[in-house]
Amino acid sequence: MTDQPENPLRDALADAITSNEVILFMKGTPEQPMCGFSARTCAALTATETEFAAVDVLADPRIRQELSSLSNWPTIPQLFVRGELVGGADIVGQMYESGELAAVLGAPATAGGEALPETAEPGTAPPLQIENRLG
Amino acid sequence: MPTAEEVKARIENGIPGAEAEVTSDDNVHFDARVVAAEFAGLSLVDQHRLVYGIFGDGELGGSIHALALTTEPR
Repeated sequence: MTDQPENPLRDALADAITSNEVILFMKGTPEQPMCGFSARTCAALTATETEFAAVDVLADPRIRQELSSLSNWPTIPQLFVRGELVGGADIVGQMYESGELAAVLGAPATAGGEALPETAEPGTAPPLQIENRLG
Repeated sequence: MPTAEEVKARIENGIPGAEAEVTSDDNVHFDARVVAAEFAGLSLVDQHRLVYGIFGDGELGGSIHALALTTEPR
């Protein structure tokens, strides 16, 4: 992999990661995931009533390449919360089931893996369901 | 295409003392559960990075199309 001094795509990815509290890099979109792992990760986030920014890595193959070299994580999806990589589908799923995901997300205390409360308070997070086509 | 046995051996050779259970229906999608003393004190992200690091650039997502991973410190 070549390290170019100027890398606008990587800068844009780094910026997206730091400027969105919760951001998911996935295959497809939350409305139409193109991979089971991405679909599962979206479902976990949705179940915790979290607003999240989503980036479709299929929009441009360079996104995936730059993202993986930035995050030192080889696979998609990748969930970042407050600038930190939380993990891929397996970790997010595991953390959802243990209730840890809601804690990390600062979501209203929903016990992991259990039925969600009838009324979902959106919490303090601003609406951030953005479709981010980088690059 | 690697077999589940081969993936298991790769993981166990790559992380000394690790025990891996690997299953696959198609030798493309793999399920792995790895228990290793080396995971102790590491975040889940770093535990998974240790396992991913065993596989070459492009291998995950390539010949190993998907590796569903569960890690656990011994």
